[in-house]
Amino acid sequence: MSQIETFYEVMRRQGITRRSFMKYCSLTAAALGLGPAFVPKIAHAMATKPRTPVIWVHGLECTCCSESFIRSAHPLAKDVVLSMISLDYDDTLMAAAGFQAEAALMDTIEKYKGNYILAVEGNPPLNEDGMYCIVGGKPFVEQLKMAAEHAKAIISWGACASYGCVQAAAPNPTRATPVHKVILDKPIIKVPGCPPIAEVMTGVITYMLTFDKMPELDRQGRPKMFYSQRIHDKCYRRPHFDAGQFIEHWDDDNARKGYCLYKMGCKGPTTYNACSTVRWNEGTSFPIQSGHGCIGCSEDGFWDQGSFYNRLTNIKQFGIEENADRVGMTAAGVVGGAVAVHAAISALKRAQKKNQEKVEG
Amino acid sequence: MTNVTTEAPTLRGVQADPEDLSSASRQTSVYVYEAPVRIWHWINAAAILTLMVTGYFIGSPLPTMGTGEAYDQFVFGYIRFVHFAAGMILTVGFFGRIYWAFVGNHHSRQLFYFPFWSGEYWREVLYEVRWYLFLAKEPKKYVGHNPLAQLAMFFFITLGVSFMIITGMALYAEGAGQGSIFDTLFGWVLGLVQNSQRLHTLHHLGMWWIVVFMVVHIYVAVREDIMSRQSIVSTMISGHRTFKDDRPD
Repeated sequence: MSQIETFYEVMRRQGITRRSFMKYCSLTAAALGLGPAFVPKIAHAMATKPRTPVIWVHGLECTCCSESFIRSAHPLAKDVVLSMISLDYDDTLMAAAGFQAEAALMDTIEKYKGNYILAVEGNPPLNEDGMYCIVGGKPFVEQLKMAAEHAKAIISWGACASYGCVQAAAPNPTRATPVHKVILDKPIIKVPGCPPIAEVMTGVITYMLTFDKMPELDRQGRPKMFYSQRIHDKCYRRPHFDAGQFIEHWDDDNARKGYCLYKMGCKGPTTYNACSTVRWNEGTSFPIQSGHGCIGCSEDGFWDQGSFYNRLTNIKQFGIEENADRVGMTAAGVVGGAVAVHAAISALKRAQKKNQEKVEG
Repeated sequence: MTNVTTEAPTLRGVQADPEDLSSASRQTSVYVYEAPVRIWHWINAAAILTLMVTGYFIGSPLPTMGTGEAYDQFVFGYIRFVHFAAGMILTVGFFGRIYWAFVGNHHSRQLFYFPFWSGEYWREVLYEVRWYLFLAKEPKKYVGHNPLAQLAMFFFITLGVSFMIITGMALYAEGAGQGSIFDTLFGWVLGLVQNSQRLHTLHHLGMWWIVVFMVVHIYVAVREDIMSRQSIVSTMISGHRTFKDDRPD
């Protein structure tokens, strides 16, 4: 496949200097947690390997993953990866539309059979034969299955593709289903988040292109390099957590002092993501830094974990607005009351029996 | 217990009337709970109490104390430390108790099973229920756990504590990090539950499961000590079960 350009060629064609290219390689190495020795390796791979085509399909979603992606802070990453992707298929970002776009998709699949990466943003709804999401006149689930058939690997972008997100929240009327429950025979990388961090997205793609393999995944299929720790584990407010210094109400004095948001329902302790290290918008900030708790958007079913502002999850099965403590306290209260009544009856019975014995005796 | 001695009582210097003396000379005790079982019971009780209090405060922290620099205090850190330490003690104790079920007497095995297929067993359970509902006049005598207690112990303690150990270790593994021994052994739990917040909630509900047991357990132990025909509370201290009458059933 000599007709396929390398990354380096694409970049040079776009007027990027060798010097800028090398900067990009070192930044990417740093982002992936690799040592300086890997910079030339990345540069070599980018300059010699034919680029891997990527098909980017959109199901039931809000396009926030794409929005995040095009804001990648590495100055060149977006140009590189984006130009590469737009060459193939991404119905949101590509110039072609309508029949031309669908033709481009078919062309890409034909041309690179078994070699392209399928990036999925959003998920297919399965109810009513998938009629809740139509792409090019057909249910999205059909496009997804067709594109997945010859893909080398699949990237599930965002909470939608990875876990279902808001459209799959209970009661999930459209039966929106995450990609890994529809495509069962392909390696799938989940990059959850609503949206995922831009640098995480470009980092995952760059890793796969550079090393020609999948990044190491954890038990839930997420790249370990970005999802192996909780927000909480690297949170800069963690010392306040350990000290027991919490914000008690919004805008109280403790909030001004930047104490821990645990009591305000921050989901940092239960959320695996890189927000507290990579941060957002060129490393400017992340939710906790701007004074709001983490809502746990990169976790499975995060819409169904009760309010964003409660530490303890509401458990709907026990009635509206119940959490573990209220359920447990009610149970313990009922049992405690029953015990008290039982004890009273027992005492009466015993007194009665003693009286009887006295009379009989 | 049929051949009751009728010899004259020989106890001296005891404030006892002839009835007491004849009773004392007849009734004996059975050694039920061996020392390791008793020690485990009380360590377990203390650990559970500690875990409940600290666990509750981890879910609903105390009001902020001290507004100095964060490095000057470690309140929440200590609460969590005590919780983890008590959890480890509970876990080690539980494994020790399992070991003792193998080497101890047959009463020490009662905690870990109940004779599901025995009709006689379920009839006795029903009888115990009737006793607690004031429908049976008198309870039966049991050397070990009564059948209903055995059922409760199995579901609340054996299964309950196992559930708490597994979910608790899985939560601990999150902090210990991927690749740690805790993650290797218990990381699969989070893989199964998928969401850490959900795992926290399950662990939290498990606490109340055990609280409910505790309330009933303490009440029933005291009640039976007073109203049944045998010793209960002191048995978990001395290991001896004593009976208050000589009737065989």
